[in-house]
Amino acid sequence: MSSITTKDLTADRDLLPWEAYVPGHHWRNAEDEAEGAKLGMWLFLSTEVLLFMGFFTAYAAFRMKFPGNWYEAAHYYLDWQIGAINTCVLLLSSWTVVMAVRAAQLAKRRQILVYLAITNLCALFFLATKLILEYWPKIQKGKLPGANFAYTGEVQGAHDHIFLSVYWISTATHGFHVLVGVFLISWCMIKAAKNHYGPKHYTSLENVALYWHLVDVIWIFLFPLLYLA
Amino acid sequence: MSGHHDVSYLAPKDTLWKTIWSWVYTVDHKKIGVMYLSAILLAFFLGGVAAMAVRLELWAPTQTVLERANDGTVTPVTRGVFLDPGIKENGKEVPPNVWYNRAFTLHGAIMVFLFIIPSIPAALGNIFLPIMLGAKDVAFPRLNLFSWYVYVFGGLFAIYSILAGGVETGWTFYTPYSTTTEWGATTAMVLAAFILGFSSIFTGMNFIVTVHKLRAPGMGWFDMPLFVWAVYATAIIQVLATPVLGITLLMLVFERLFKIGIFDPALGGDAVLFQHFFWFYSHPAVYIMILPGFGIASELIAVHCRKRLFGYKAIAFSSIAIAAISFLVWGHHMFLSETAAANIVFSGLTFLVAIPTAIKVFNWLATFYKASISWNTPMLYAAFFIFCFTIGGLTGPPLATLATDIHLHDTYFVVAHFHYVMMGGTVLAFMGGLHHWWPKFTGRMYNEFWARVASVIVFIAFNITFFVQFFLGTQGMPRRYATYDEHFQLLHQISTAGALLLLVGFLIHAAVFAQSLVAGAKAPKNPWGGLSLEWETESPPVEHNFHREPVVTHGPYDYDTVVPAHVDPRDYPLPDPAEVRRVHGDHH
Ligand code: HEM
Ligand SMILES: [Cu+2]
Repeated sequence: MSSITTKDLTADRDLLPWEAYVPGHHWRNAEDEAEGAKLGMWLFLSTEVLLFMGFFTAYAAFRMKFPGNWYEAAHYYLDWQIGAINTCVLLLSSWTVVMAVRAAQLAKRRQILVYLAITNLCALFFLATKLILEYWPKIQKGKLPGANFAYTGEVQGAHDHIFLSVYWISTATHGFHVLVGVFLISWCMIKAAKNHYGPKHYTSLENVALYWHLVDVIWIFLFPLLYLA
Repeated sequence: MSGHHDVSYLAPKDTLWKTIWSWVYTVDHKKIGVMYLSAILLAFFLGGVAAMAVRLELWAPTQTVLERANDGTVTPVTRGVFLDPGIKENGKEVPPNVWYNRAFTLHGAIMVFLFIIPSIPAALGNIFLPIMLGAKDVAFPRLNLFSWYVYVFGGLFAIYSILAGGVETGWTFYTPYSTTTEWGATTAMVLAAFILGFSSIFTGMNFIVTVHKLRAPGMGWFDMPLFVWAVYATAIIQVLATPVLGITLLMLVFERLFKIGIFDPALGGDAVLFQHFFWFYSHPAVYIMILPGFGIASELIAVHCRKRLFGYKAIAFSSIAIAAISFLVWGHHMFLSETAAANIVFSGLTFLVAIPTAIKVFNWLATFYKASISWNTPMLYAAFFIFCFTIGGLTGPPLATLATDIHLHDTYFVVAHFHYVMMGGTVLAFMGGLHHWWPKFTGRMYNEFWARVASVIVFIAFNITFFVQFFLGTQGMPRRYATYDEHFQLLHQISTAGALLLLVGFLIHAAVFAQSLVAGAKAPKNPWGGLSLEWETESPPVEHNFHREPVVTHGPYDYDTVVPAHVDPRDYPLPDPAEVRRVHGDHH
């Protein structure tokens, strides 16, 4: 009954939410619960990896089928500099989200909030760059996936549209994950503001951080495959 | 723990509203399991209706022939059509073949995605996995409830798709037909399968973490009942294979909505790529369907033989081995469209699956040796399961053999093969498990005599329905055709007659269950004499499963060491002497 001893020590003030945290009734203790949640998160992340493996397989299949066209299309339609900037931004956000977890372990509420805010700004920057500098110009020029691809102006090969299909579905699905990340991080900020995270309890923050790393890692694979092909 | 946690989980609340609320908003794994059970039984019924439509259509060969009248005019005449309501869609009359395609697609899609995949894990597994581990609940109770709602949401998509015109691609949604067909609401059904996949993933994640983290004190990995091992192996496949189905179906939806061209040969895409994606999930998925059935068979055989199960570890590890190999054999569904080298590798790997499968069958049979078998309905079903599953399994190798599969591929032989494993295996095991645990989770006994009669009818009818299909297949009857050559008619009629008898069997089962719910005798704690933890708690269990946290001191099948020779296992667990003294006073 650790909550009783904590109460004794801090009898002169009300407990903060993270200090007063009680695990679900079916768990033996809070550590088991936290470990279980983390195992669950790792399982979920493995499903995400497998999901994206579908795109990578499609990428490999068509790259083998149309090697020359693939190379030309990648260089012509995608700007590696935008991709590189976005990669750096995501790497930075991975570091800030780790620092937010660290701040929770040290019971520094303000720092959690600052680091999460930076993480979210990075995420929004990533999405804005994608939408404004990449998606919008492509839509305007009719460089849409598959049958909707406009074979007008300068064209690289007969299968540009398949390259763009792979580009659109994989980056859009990844972008959707970034967007979900923005909501999750905002949710963590609300919980942090209400003092739900501290050395004794920060499971959901840590799990969201894990999710965020995964989103970054997937981008780290997408970037060279698509932009540096 | 005392007070309201010590009442039955089925006990109604103060008011009707509170009772309803206590179900729709429950996080109790038992209630969620019961809700899953109701939903999958409904799906089984719907899928069964579609199956009867298919079988009735096949009663007659449905041929279009040219008839010459006396004046010499020639007119095409179609004979024997059952499934032709003559309805128009988008101004065109729907051809009879499209109706037939819809019937077998609905049958397959509903049976696979809405019934058999969730059947044992999400219904019986949900109710019993935590109890067999001595836990109070699954690891993530709210996720568990969420997964039920996701299932219902996916089910609504499927029903919408049926009402909006159905699907005629077959449950496999093969491209390019699934991207070019002009009939029906294919996208909605694909989305339904996509959504149902998430429900399956969540259940799998929940069970894995529960098994790792919530075993009762004293329960090591090798003290777990084999049902738990099987559901655990299933959960691994659910988590690792289903996302691939998800992405495949998502790409198919993109293909249909935006014509992305990846699966469309007309745009430079690759239609066979879809099959690789699909079977990379769906072959492991056939083991999602059968492994839990293996688990139930192990429980039924041990408990109703009152005997230590032969080869516990071999059975446990063979589940894991099957789960692992199942990821490497998907190519055996595309022998006709692969390179010779790939074919040889996939053929060889497919044969490997038969080894762990046979290990299980031999261990079950060895358990029968010198056992004191009680032929209750669950035990009958266990025996029927072994019989049918063995036939289903043994017809796998002819399909895995390249030379014979060229002939058998896409014939009724394949249809018979997978019905022997999926229905003869999983469904019969499910029926056995349902009877085995019925007294536990409803608190009522069922009528043993009528249940036995029904089970024998189901067994005989099943074999009549599907055994002839092996002959149809070897003689060259292709699957998925409403029309056939006249000389197949007798075998088709035998099969249809068997299907009608099967319906009778299941209706008797339904009546037996209904009678039990309304007027069944109250079930004792341990009606069969089982030694695993679910038999130590009340029937039906209390809200938190046990009055106090159980401590495991023996394995689930230790009949030889735990139960003294003069004790009937049904009286087990023997009352704690201290408890007896407390209740009856000290009299010696
Ligand atoms: C003993 C091990 C097994 C082997 C060697 C085996 C082999 C095969 C092969 C080679 C095929 C492809 C036949 C063709 O299309 O030409 C096949 C089809 C199929 N098998 Fe099995 N199988 C085995 C067990 C199972 C089990 C346990 C299940 C399900 C519970 C199952 C379900 C299916 C299904 C559903 C199909 C047909 C799918 C379709 O095309 O719609 N099989 N099997
Ligand atoms: Cu297969």
